[in-house]
Amino acid sequence: MHATEHQHEPVSYRTLILTWAALGILTGLTIAASRIDMGAGNVWVALGIAASKSCLVIGIFMNMRHESRLFKFGLMAALVILAIFIGMTFIDVLYR
Amino acid sequence: MSHEHRDDTGARFGMWVFLYTEIILFSGLFLLYSVALSKFPHEFGIASHKLNIYFGAINTLILLLSSLTMAMAITAIQRGKIKQTLLLTSSTIGLALLFLVNKFFEWSAEIGHGIYPGSEHLAAMGPGVTQFFNLYYFTAGLHGFHVIVGATLIGVVTVRVKMGKVTPERYVLLENSALYWHLVDLVWIFVFPLYYLIL
Repeated sequence: MHATEHQHEPVSYRTLILTWAALGILTGLTIAASRIDMGAGNVWVALGIAASKSCLVIGIFMNMRHESRLFKFGLMAALVILAIFIGMTFIDVLYR
Repeated sequence: MSHEHRDDTGARFGMWVFLYTEIILFSGLFLLYSVALSKFPHEFGIASHKLNIYFGAINTLILLLSSLTMAMAITAIQRGKIKQTLLLTSSTIGLALLFLVNKFFEWSAEIGHGIYPGSEHLAAMGPGVTQFFNLYYFTAGLHGFHVIVGATLIGVVTVRVKMGKVTPERYVLLENSALYWHLVDLVWIFVFPLYYLIL
């Protein structure tokens, strides 16, 4: 192996399978929650569960937790841009 | 060649930057969805009920499983287990194909019911339902295209692992195709509840 290319330890199968199981449980939860009428709350619950699933996929499957600060900063920047994008659209749509 | 230049971290970062642009691409569609939902909450509920939850749920489980096999493939190659790596990447491709087969039957059934962009049946149900299905076909279609691209990419990587071009010492191509594949999974994590599960 190249001395300059430091590689992290392999993520164990056990960790990956447990992550997958958690994702499966959250999928069941999102289906169950969608069958209960919470009005506008349904969308927020669905988005909340989807966001938690995303954290698991990005953090563990995509291994973001072992990447350098630059990667995390990049992700944050993308999400902030996205939030501005969503925020400004709704300021327009809701207050026309 | 005496000195080989390589920067695996840089290659991965490049892939992430590309994925950020993909996030923005799909976000545009989700943004259109949310604006239309706030305009037609009732019609979106009616339209969502026409989608088959079973197809959506099974495809969700298929994609989650394929993300698992792809993540495990990286561990396998890091441990020097080439046979396992090949088995895991091949399983990912198999699951991708299964996803597309499901999509084919799902869309065939919907189109059979007269639900497709531009159909008279859809137009008769009003602008809210029409907008839901236009967005559904566009978003799921773009996602399906990503599934095809991802599976092709993983196919190329599988061949290169077999040829000994992607090795336990040098596997950034496998990592980057896995990152792309996980993005496909991430998009579906949002598509499934937003389109299939509205009450």
